[in-house]
Amino acid sequence: MSILINRDTRVICQGFTGGQGTFHSEQALEYGTKLMGGVTPGKGGTLHLGLPVFNTVAEAVNTTNATASVIYVPAAFCKDSILEAANANLKLIVCITEGIPTQDMLDCKVICDNLGTTLIGPNCPGVITPDECKIGIMPGHIHLSGKVGIVSRSGTLTYEAVKQTTDYGYGQSTCVGIGGDPIPGSSFIDILRLFEQDAETEAIVMIGEIGGTAEEEAAAYIKSNVTKPVVAYIAGVTAPSGKRMGHAGAIVSGGKGTADEKFAALEDAGVKTVRSLAEIGEGLKEITGW
Amino acid sequence: MNLHEFQGKQLFREYGLPVSRGFAVTSASDAVEAAKKIGGTKWVVKAQVHAGGRGKAGGVKLVDTLDEIENFSNLWLGKNLVTYQTDEHGQLVSSILVEDCTDIKDELYLGAVIDRTAKRIVFMASTEGGVEIEKVAEETPDKIIKVEINPLTGAQPYQGRELAFSLGLKGDQVKQFVKIFVGLARLFKEKDLELIEINPLVIKSDDNLHCLDAKVVVDSNAVYRQPILAEMRDESQEDPREAHAASWDLNYVALDGNIGCMVNGAGLAMGTMDIVNLYGGAPANFLDVGGGATKDRVVEAFKIILSDKNVKAVLINIFGGIVRCDLIADGVIGAVEEVGVDVPVVVRLEGNNADLGLKKLSDSGLDILAANSLSDAAQKVVNAAGVKN
Repeated sequence: MSILINRDTRVICQGFTGGQGTFHSEQALEYGTKLMGGVTPGKGGTLHLGLPVFNTVAEAVNTTNATASVIYVPAAFCKDSILEAANANLKLIVCITEGIPTQDMLDCKVICDNLGTTLIGPNCPGVITPDECKIGIMPGHIHLSGKVGIVSRSGTLTYEAVKQTTDYGYGQSTCVGIGGDPIPGSSFIDILRLFEQDAETEAIVMIGEIGGTAEEEAAAYIKSNVTKPVVAYIAGVTAPSGKRMGHAGAIVSGGKGTADEKFAALEDAGVKTVRSLAEIGEGLKEITGW
Repeated sequence: MNLHEFQGKQLFREYGLPVSRGFAVTSASDAVEAAKKIGGTKWVVKAQVHAGGRGKAGGVKLVDTLDEIENFSNLWLGKNLVTYQTDEHGQLVSSILVEDCTDIKDELYLGAVIDRTAKRIVFMASTEGGVEIEKVAEETPDKIIKVEINPLTGAQPYQGRELAFSLGLKGDQVKQFVKIFVGLARLFKEKDLELIEINPLVIKSDDNLHCLDAKVVVDSNAVYRQPILAEMRDESQEDPREAHAASWDLNYVALDGNIGCMVNGAGLAMGTMDIVNLYGGAPANFLDVGGGATKDRVVEAFKIILSDKNVKAVLINIFGGIVRCDLIADGVIGAVEEVGVDVPVVVRLEGNNADLGLKKLSDSGLDILAANSLSDAAQKVVNAAGVKN
């Protein structure tokens, strides 16, 4: 088992024929993802990477029975793409694109919640269940099928955690990048809930960063709802106040959203925290006794 | 992206909100002319910088002679104003807002933000206007009243009435407040804002409501579709190195330390700063070179890092997920040769073709220290920078 996706997940790609869409679709196909085709308005009826291109998501879903979509379209068009996918009854939408206006996400979040669609991202690496299905831009080869669930606000930090859990031989059940934007489609809590219920996930790695209170809310959730061991790392102890650190959501403002507050909340919830990102694997070893 | 007070008030005016009559000027003589045009015998002169706390820092003054206006303008124009919200250097005063004077009976607070937990635009109002709202939130949170705006319906008048009655407003003030509230909500949505603050929203001596200050922050991701706001950008308020980096699609934030950092990915860039700190060093900057770390970008990143004269060593930390580390090594070697780097450079490469990349670095004959892990890299660069563990 795994969460969100597995070897049977049928995926379509929005922005399929663009540069990013093409490159990462090739990588996904190579990894074994069941990519059924893609959507580029105006190019319907043609073939791309040997797969059918559709004009609309609804047409793609009706023809291929896809249940998930990955979005690589430019930021200005993402709201349209997300709403099109949600209204075509897709149950999982993974939006990779960075730089989407925040108010577009407020609208998308309401609609996706109303329709019961799970939105992952935007501004994220995507979701992968090793050896089964890769939706997104993460490098497949560093993953190992296994027992650690990873959830993170940052792409490259996720890769660090993946590499360490691979090097220790633990492997990953599923890795979810929830993205670095202020309004993510799914929160830490949404993913923690799934990992807690997943029989194959034996421990959880959570990677947060400065800004907002998502980690504090996750800590409160873990305290009363998560029985599995959790290791957490928070990036940005040295980040100055009032400065946006790359990610739109990574900013300490008005003295709120600091790494220290987040570490404290997680420790209070019984989470094993590590102050060095190089010690995630070691932290897991320590609390699981593996 | 921050706006100046006078730009915020320009937007307020467009949306029917009551603001003072005033002019933003860039010379002392224009300031005097502005006061004459406004008329009367009392004015307020306000230094325009992208920071709060101007009043306490001497950047806002109530004046009743034209000489005072001239003196204030000469004192501040072209100088830096340091407030509790700026760094030690302060922000350049590039213009001054001259306004007519408002007789104040009471001060309120009205603000709106995108609330990350509620996933809504949330309005906040308080009777504790004119002071730092963060302090009110911390010490007396019950004095802040909130309403959430549903993205599908927008702000409704009843929500404005709820706030108005909670603030103790009466009679025509309630109507005025509802108009301000609905106008602000429309402004927030239509102009893609991420924050508005009116602090203070005042009750004048004639009992009418009036917006005395305007803090407006625009969502940087949405500036592309707000051409009028895009023109309001004031580059004099930005760190020149950060602005230059942004023009290369590099994300750079200057810090106080002496270890330059070049990393791919924002999270990893923060994590790298933290691990340098953990080993006793002090990062000189945050720099995310992004996914496509090509030679040109690496060269530019080096130039930006080294333009900070405090930098005594550079740490390059790349997790080559999709990109090949040997290509990044080529970029680093080319960059070191081209820029003429004269401080030690520590490189940690991980991922695709990392071994080949490290071999290239060690064969280059350049002063590049290869590290075999992140901890090793942090230790090496801290030692190289001459900071004691």
